[in-house]
Amino acid sequence: MKIGDHEWRLDSIGPHIWRGDMETGQLLALSRAVKEEGGQLIALWGSDDRHLNGGFGIHVALLTGLGLVWVSCALSAETPAYPDLAHIFPQADRMQRAAFDLLGITATDAVDERKWLRHNAWAASEFPLRKDFSSLAAHRSPLPEADAYPFIYVQGDGVHEIAVGPIHAGTIEPGHFRFSIIGDRILKLEERLGYAHKGIEKRFEGMDIASGARLAGRVSGDSHSAYAWAYCMAVEMATASTVPERALWLRALYLEIERIANHLGDLGYLGNDVALAFGFAQFWRLKEDWLRMSIKLFGHRYLFDRIAPGGVATDIDAAGCAELDALTRRIEAEVRELKIIYDEHATLQDRFADTGICKPELAAQLGLTGLAGRASAQTWDVRTQFPQVPYDRLDVNMATQRRGDVLARVEVRFAEVYESLRLIRDILKRLPAGGIHTPLQPAQAACEGLGWVEGWRGEVMVAVRIAADGTLDRVHPHDPSWQNWPLVEMGVLGNIVPDFPLINKSFNLSYSGPDL
Amino acid sequence: MASYLILQKILKTGFVSEPAPQPDPALRTREQALQAEILKVFGQAVAIRHVDAGSCNGCELEIHALNGPHYNIDGLGVKFSASPRHVDVLLVTGPVSRHMEAALKRAYDAIPDPKWVVAMGECACTGGMFGESYASCGKISNVIPVDVEVPGCPPTPTALLQGILAAVSKDAPNANG
Repeated sequence: MKIGDHEWRLDSIGPHIWRGDMETGQLLALSRAVKEEGGQLIALWGSDDRHLNGGFGIHVALLTGLGLVWVSCALSAETPAYPDLAHIFPQADRMQRAAFDLLGITATDAVDERKWLRHNAWAASEFPLRKDFSSLAAHRSPLPEADAYPFIYVQGDGVHEIAVGPIHAGTIEPGHFRFSIIGDRILKLEERLGYAHKGIEKRFEGMDIASGARLAGRVSGDSHSAYAWAYCMAVEMATASTVPERALWLRALYLEIERIANHLGDLGYLGNDVALAFGFAQFWRLKEDWLRMSIKLFGHRYLFDRIAPGGVATDIDAAGCAELDALTRRIEAEVRELKIIYDEHATLQDRFADTGICKPELAAQLGLTGLAGRASAQTWDVRTQFPQVPYDRLDVNMATQRRGDVLARVEVRFAEVYESLRLIRDILKRLPAGGIHTPLQPAQAACEGLGWVEGWRGEVMVAVRIAADGTLDRVHPHDPSWQNWPLVEMGVLGNIVPDFPLINKSFNLSYSGPDL
Repeated sequence: MASYLILQKILKTGFVSEPAPQPDPALRTREQALQAEILKVFGQAVAIRHVDAGSCNGCELEIHALNGPHYNIDGLGVKFSASPRHVDVLLVTGPVSRHMEAALKRAYDAIPDPKWVVAMGECACTGGMFGESYASCGKISNVIPVDVEVPGCPPTPTALLQGILAAVSKDAPNANG
């Protein structure tokens, strides 16, 4: 596969997914070539491979014009180190720091060597994802040190700090925001996450494949179907199992239902955040109708555990199709009415427009992804460019904006609600007949796979390695919030503090997803 | 223009609020001696502070849903508050991550007595899929005392409301005195 001037030895392991092993030096050259061609780094994670090859591993997923490239480098057991990639892809910074916290593998010459996921639940000398780390022994030991984190201080006349979190005023996930402000304007924001770190990757180790799907779906509950599908795609690839066509179409149906549920909720909250309680009440009424449809037709308001390895757990009959089709039409008509009100509402438009701007150039530089990326002219959508079944037959229209402000992120949500409602009607019409589940092929030897799904927030990626005994050896679930959180820090600059909740909500990033 | 459209939409939508469910006393895990006295004074008006102690954010979706128009919690006297110092009930979701242990204890201590703790969701009640590990303390009652446990992954808004009402309702066994 040709990237830049070089022909890289990469194997196709699935539609639009490429795999290769290389030396750490080549990794640097490949990253530069991908960046020069306008690609991005999606994920970076490590693994303890000492039971396989006597060392550690560093893995990188890159987005290229031909799809996702997953490359790995073997690292020595004594001095596990790889070249810093954050100077090429700034979004790698926190991922590299997390890889050190969890595995003790080092990005050589990285500028920022502060801890990231680790607070005080384990000592700096311990690495929870090493196979010889005992999770339960660590649980019983008292917290080893007080958490101290070196924030970057802003000094000068009239500068003062506002520290917010980990507990916030509303129903929000835990995280800390350190604002440096002058008057009412934000001079700097620094995020400190990791509060929701609950050891998910360690939990996967040794788990059976079916339980792994349930855990993957709970990495970030609002993206349950995206994670469950990406995980299942990975284990199905690893075991070379085939899934019935109807099950794949139903997975897409679930994913689009999830996208609509989240977008409706966000559109309501964004109205609420600019004091339009009417918007909250209306969109949450529609969302509740949507969730009640989900539990009635599929048995769960958020479709938890409907996607399982080998297929799906719940089918839909002709009456269900008719009911869902009718509901999409009613919701669409109502959302179009509400869109006119949002468009006409002067104070809402005033608060949305030119607030929290991420310019396209900055978005490209820092790797902004998903719906926030598309609102800043980053025209990537896995469903459009690199479609899996059934998206390869659905012609998804990508929603994009160039403004990069709160208004643009609202506009993308409206457009995606309409498009997903259309996709659902299309899926219901063309749903192939047949079974919805086939048992997985048993794993004969150690094997690996990768799943890649465009969730409502952005691309969700899950990489899986299965041991020869059929249990999970290493699972890395990657949330698009990893890339997007740093853009919230940038987007709020120069805005007033009271607009922070609005800007934050317009991204609506996950804490649990990247905290793992 | 916008005001006219808003009024038109409100009139067309009408009322969607539904009657409240009954409290579910079976969800209680302990009774507090003061409960009866408190309830005499305050009735069912209750202020809640929510803390996410490490949840996957699934339970948060249902807390948001509970604030929607179908459930009309304001009409029941139930109100979410920004500060623990103003509340009667601490609603906790998630297993308690070790990184949230100190913050959760501090929030609990900041609530004036008497107070009730409602643990919401499978993880809060049992530790759930995340269990106890180097990074997780497991269920809420491993860290602070819990009065009501609402199971489910996530519990529906109705189940959550039944749990909240059970914490503060008048039919507790010791509520006759």
